[in-house]
Amino acid sequence: MHEMTMINTTQRNHKIWRELRWISVLFLLLLFCAVASPASAAETSLKKASLMPLWSPQAQFAGYYVALDRGIFARHGIDLEILKAGPGHSPAQALKNGTADFAVLWLTTALQYRSTGTKLVNLAQIIQRSSMMLISKKSSGIRTITDMNGKKVGMWGGDLSIPPHALFNQFNIKVREVPLTHTVNLFLRGGIDVTSAMWYNEYHTIINSGVDPEELNIFFLNNQGMNFPEDGIYAMEKTIHTDPALAKAFVSASLEGWRYAFAHPEEALDIVIRYMHEAHVPANRIHQKWMLDRMRDLIMPGNIQGTLGILKEQDYEAVGRAMRKDGLIRSYPDYHAFSRRYDAGEK
Amino acid sequence: MPLAGGTMPGKNSIVIKLVIVITLCSTLIFAVTLGYNYYRSRVILEKELENNARNLAMSLVYRVETELSAVTKVTEGVASSLETGRYTERELLSLIRTTVEKNPEIYGSTVAFEPYAFSAATRLYAPYYYYREKGKIAFSRLENSYKYVPYLYWDWYQIPRELGKPEWSEPYFDEGAGNILMSTYSVPFYGKSGTTKKLKGIVTADMSLDSLTKLVSSVKVLKTGYAALLSRNGMLLAHPLKDAVMNETFFSIAEARNDPSLRKLGKKMVRGESGFIHYKSLVGFSSWMYYAPIRSTGWTLAVVFPETELLENVRNLSMIMAAMGFAGLLLLITMVVYIASTITKPLRLLASATDEIASGNFDVELPTVRSKDEVGVLAHDFQIMMASLKEYIKNLTETTAVKERIQSELKMATDIQASLLPRLFPAFPDRPEFDIYASMDPAKEVGGDFYDFFFIDDTHLCFLIADVSGKGVPAALYMMVAKTLLKSEGQRLGEPDQILNCVNKFLAVDNDSCMFATVFCAILNTETGDVRFANAGHNPPLIVDSQGTRYLALKPGFVLGPMPDTVYEAERIILQPGDTLFLYTDGVTEAQNLEEELYGEPRLRDALQRAAKDDITEMIHCIRAEVTRHANGAPQSDDVTMVAIKYRGVDAK
Repeated sequence: MHEMTMINTTQRNHKIWRELRWISVLFLLLLFCAVASPASAAETSLKKASLMPLWSPQAQFAGYYVALDRGIFARHGIDLEILKAGPGHSPAQALKNGTADFAVLWLTTALQYRSTGTKLVNLAQIIQRSSMMLISKKSSGIRTITDMNGKKVGMWGGDLSIPPHALFNQFNIKVREVPLTHTVNLFLRGGIDVTSAMWYNEYHTIINSGVDPEELNIFFLNNQGMNFPEDGIYAMEKTIHTDPALAKAFVSASLEGWRYAFAHPEEALDIVIRYMHEAHVPANRIHQKWMLDRMRDLIMPGNIQGTLGILKEQDYEAVGRAMRKDGLIRSYPDYHAFSRRYDAGEK
Repeated sequence: MPLAGGTMPGKNSIVIKLVIVITLCSTLIFAVTLGYNYYRSRVILEKELENNARNLAMSLVYRVETELSAVTKVTEGVASSLETGRYTERELLSLIRTTVEKNPEIYGSTVAFEPYAFSAATRLYAPYYYYREKGKIAFSRLENSYKYVPYLYWDWYQIPRELGKPEWSEPYFDEGAGNILMSTYSVPFYGKSGTTKKLKGIVTADMSLDSLTKLVSSVKVLKTGYAALLSRNGMLLAHPLKDAVMNETFFSIAEARNDPSLRKLGKKMVRGESGFIHYKSLVGFSSWMYYAPIRSTGWTLAVVFPETELLENVRNLSMIMAAMGFAGLLLLITMVVYIASTITKPLRLLASATDEIASGNFDVELPTVRSKDEVGVLAHDFQIMMASLKEYIKNLTETTAVKERIQSELKMATDIQASLLPRLFPAFPDRPEFDIYASMDPAKEVGGDFYDFFFIDDTHLCFLIADVSGKGVPAALYMMVAKTLLKSEGQRLGEPDQILNCVNKFLAVDNDSCMFATVFCAILNTETGDVRFANAGHNPPLIVDSQGTRYLALKPGFVLGPMPDTVYEAERIILQPGDTLFLYTDGVTEAQNLEEELYGEPRLRDALQRAAKDDITEMIHCIRAEVTRHANGAPQSDDVTMVAIKYRGVDAK
């Protein structure tokens, strides 16, 4: 807005009175903004920024939607747009192309892009551990990872297959991979023996399709030594160079959003579900509640309150080594080159 | 007054007791009857309901299955013709198009091939004909339209492929077709390469579920009941909770409501069971539900009957019965109060009348009771009783008056009789040569005993004792005659035997009543102590002298009065100074105590032996006291009369 005023004043013409009227209107608007949000009183202009999450709106991204809806981003000086995501949208690609300033990516994805020369940096590691799991029906007789040898296992494409692949390599077994899409019906109907699932999503969908937890054998990759931290906030190195303050503000606002969401889960669910409706995505509240609750478990594991968003060096190294071993990447950068801690964790 | 409080009905009043007992009993009986009626009606209704619900559900299941089977048949037909025949691309397209055109229930259809199964040149091939809006058939190539995920990895392709059998897909919204709810029936078809069957592709038919969900939703179950359709995953396909349709599964609702029983029910449904249960419906009413599986798709159809509505009629009936019962009860109480009052009112009046009567007022007006029941009889009898009582009291009063008069006359007679006997003692204070003392206690007002003593001349004292037969006034009159005669004849004749002979003759004349008297008559010569005596059937007297006390042995003689010719003989004894002659009547010896034991002659003799010898007054009092002690309160039938005479001699002067 301030910039607009400057432009107007440089283009002097005869219609000074009209200009003055415009200026006074704008001035009033500014004044109003200053009164309405005192936090932005010092900085009167909001920086435009965009975020692409991994998927369409759901509680997995509650922190960002809540921060946007509650004006937390605005308070941090950011006029954020959350870009459409989901099938056909790759957040990593969007970063690379420059269509998104920030993106939510898995660490594995980020490392793969990094190894192919895309200069991504980790600004904050939101999900601290792997939430991926393999599920078999007890009736199938698969009780261990080894039992999966030669069985039909539902696997997602792309980066989501990295952790299970690493697991199967570790156990030295071969499975019959069946590509998975967005439903759990193939598993429910018995088309596959084992399915990949996210704890916060597909697992709950299976439970709420009438299969009791007691009827399932569950293998958390996390418990099998495959602790691949998932959702993190990423940006291009270039973006950070240009405006380090923006990156810092973005991370602060996001983490604040998450804290607010966990402190006010019902309100957070209302917000998420509203965004889901806007995106024409079916919204099941109890499912979103489950997802938000699991996010709390994944984002704030244990009791380390107040230290959100840190990528631990040993986790980073473990993932890098595992990926290099499996030939997914040739090398991975130094932790300090990759991770820029802009955490507002000590708040 | 024992009837105190009779006029004020308290809590013991018959009316209140009756009202309480009858009200409680009637209420109890009525409540039990009503409760049982409600319970039985409910049971019958539930039984009937189960049948109705099953029939309704089965008919719906049948209609759904019919619609589904039209699609399955066509699709399976296409698959089998693809397996048996060889089709050019044009023939294939025409087959698919015809399938869609000829079968209005099929929204779209494709034949999707395995990679390179259609031709070695093309990897994927899936021509798709479908209805666009306004009933126009459109064509698209699914290998192109599925941009991000190839058709190979969609449920409609992947599931039948992996399972190797036809499948209905989980219902989904097709955005391309304007967001209508669809389910796809997919049938795998195979080609032969050598001896092994090899999957060539999947034939599908999309079916719009709109008509099915409309059919299910349109079912009217009473007013607020409904029918619902659930998918194999428990997803709500048709349900009055519009927001939950295609968004909530039975299990997510169970989780949201934290209701494990709902989850259990959902599991039974998706397992393909059927059943009739009482539960709280998702809409929130206590309801009855019958659920049954739709076999071909694994869906579940449920019909829900709200309990309140079902039981509305029964409840209404029960309420009306309760109201009628209540009114009846009020009527009953009113009647009880009325009847009880008609019974107790005369009773109360009778009771107060009784009070009056008890206080002596026999002229009180009795309540008139017209009824002829027990109370009427009682009132009538009461009337008679009062009249009788009045009459009786009147008679009693008169009798009492008469009796009182007689009593007073008898008293006078007694006085007169007593005054006839010499009662002044000492009788002859100027005659020291002898003492005489006598006493008579009549048993009744007037006695039949008497005694007498008088001087015939200066030295001869006549003394006698007599006992007239019978009691009361006749005896008294007879005694008067006898006494008068004995005295007058005694003074005239001066000899005891002659006195008795003469008096007997007088008394025997016209003695129709056959009365008689026993008499002991004696004449003492005060100078010599010589006693001449005659006895007319009287008890022998006792003599107390220096030798002791003994009964005088004498001739008995016949009683005075009945026989005119009886002759009495005189006898004689000589009394020494200090000797005492003791005369008595049988009232002494025959005095009875309560055990009816007679006092007896031996006792009398012993008593005299013990008694004071000198003072005859003392002696007689002593004997009298003895007799009284013996009688010990027993009523005596005879007069008790005693005469004692003590000769002191001439020297006693």
